[in-house]
Amino acid sequence: MTTPRKPQAPLPVLLPFEIRRTRYAPGPAGTGPRRPRLLLAAAAGGALLAAGAAWAQAGGGKLPPLEVVLKWSPLLLKGFVFNVLISLIAMLLGTAAGLGLGLGLLSRNRGLHRLAWVLTQFFRNAPWLVLLFFIMFLVPYQVMILGVTVPLPDWAKATVGFALPVMANVAEIVRGAVLSVPVTQWEAAESLAFTPRQTLWRIILPQCVKRMTPPWMNLYALVTMATVQASIVGVSEMLTLTGEVHSAEGSRPELFAPLYGFALLCFFLYCYPIDRFTARLERRFQLH
Amino acid sequence: MVDSVSAPFPWTPDMPIVQLIDIRKSFGALQVLKGISFDVKKGEVVCIIGPSGSGKSTLIRCVNALVPLDSGTIRVEGIEVTDPKLDKLALRRKVGMVFQQYNLFPHKTALQNLMMAPLHVLGQDRQEVETRARALLQKVRLSGKEDSYPGELSGGQQQRVAIARSLAMRPDIMLFDEVTAALDPEMVKEVLVTIRELAEEGMTCLLVTHEMNFARDVADHIYFMDHGVIVEHGPPRTFFGAPRDERTRHFLSQVL
Repeated sequence: MTTPRKPQAPLPVLLPFEIRRTRYAPGPAGTGPRRPRLLLAAAAGGALLAAGAAWAQAGGGKLPPLEVVLKWSPLLLKGFVFNVLISLIAMLLGTAAGLGLGLGLLSRNRGLHRLAWVLTQFFRNAPWLVLLFFIMFLVPYQVMILGVTVPLPDWAKATVGFALPVMANVAEIVRGAVLSVPVTQWEAAESLAFTPRQTLWRIILPQCVKRMTPPWMNLYALVTMATVQASIVGVSEMLTLTGEVHSAEGSRPELFAPLYGFALLCFFLYCYPIDRFTARLERRFQLH
Repeated sequence: MVDSVSAPFPWTPDMPIVQLIDIRKSFGALQVLKGISFDVKKGEVVCIIGPSGSGKSTLIRCVNALVPLDSGTIRVEGIEVTDPKLDKLALRRKVGMVFQQYNLFPHKTALQNLMMAPLHVLGQDRQEVETRARALLQKVRLSGKEDSYPGELSGGQQQRVAIARSLAMRPDIMLFDEVTAALDPEMVKEVLVTIRELAEEGMTCLLVTHEMNFARDVADHIYFMDHGVIVEHGPPRTFFGAPRDERTRHFLSQVL
């Protein structure tokens, strides 16, 4: 029925290029390659390769791609700091709310338990982007509190949008951690005359911190990477700025890879250490 | 004078410190306790023995209200354990409990394990609590282990910390639920010595145990349970010397 359509406008794609074979220099004998370093080098190398390939195609008279990246990098990095800021605030809000919600899940009060369960399931099983849209378009851009107009900037709304799924996921982490503490700990505390509330706060939750840290940090890395979704609703974070820079430079196709590669690299360099640290924590906690 | 819901009549030390009257308990369709009654006098050491699954642990857990009863009455120093308006704090101040798996708080040091309940439950003075906790660790021969975490201690050491932790609440009665069952043989002795010293100081002790020699040497009275009933009881001399019931004789022939 439909015939394949030809693209109306030139898409910002790379022109074909050839990768020359290079010799891989083996490391000194006896020392195996350290995996983390190797991965980092590979990521950085990949980005440079893409940039270099694009550079080779740049026409004369215009700035070469790497210089474009360099020129705009202060702005782009500012955007990245904004991503980090959104992720940190979302994590802070989400963790505080998630702790409460998780305790609600564990509550013996049936009504409270049901409510917490419904909220957790809803926010855990909704796509983050849809939640973000809901918050962006349902919450007004300003509210009146006691006659004072309080502006609600887009980034603040987006932060709340990210905090909601964080809350639901933290609630599950809290619930899982509390339930993983042996029931004998509750019995021991009970026989020492601790009330259930004292037991929870003084004996059970302190033991949970260790169990909760690795999944919590995993979640943080995910949130950080998800913050770029805020670009879709117009928040001036790194991805939005990258697109704008690209336009400002005339949407030259050869700039696509270096600019977005730079964004990738920033996120990778930020999230990768978190990931490694989490893995190390997990290994350490397994031993104890 | 009646001044508390939990103590309908005044208790005096010449009365039984623990009274069990026809207690019954089922888990689903399984009847675990089928009407058990006995008294424990102050300062007495009572051992409950019997095959596994006979309801011994459930029985001892009923005494400090860890397990709620279906029917019957338990009184501890006159406090009705079965009273729906039971003051659990009052009961558990009087009754200490030690478990098979020690159940120490793994995120706290030995000393902190001892200090937590007196500090946070009873709200006692920190200085005084710490002095007493150190003395108790010394008493169970664990001086020098104050700052060790449970994970760094052997099973026998952990169990002695657990005993000291209960004693830190200054209970009148101690419950021991198979406290040596999870220990390696060479560590059983150090724990039993600690319990024996407690008994010799006059602490009322209620033990569920498989240590027959310990029961024979230390107990004042032995109760043999099977299938939720007390089959036979008596002082160790007659119980071990001349068991009357066929089930008792069978059990003893297997464990001795």
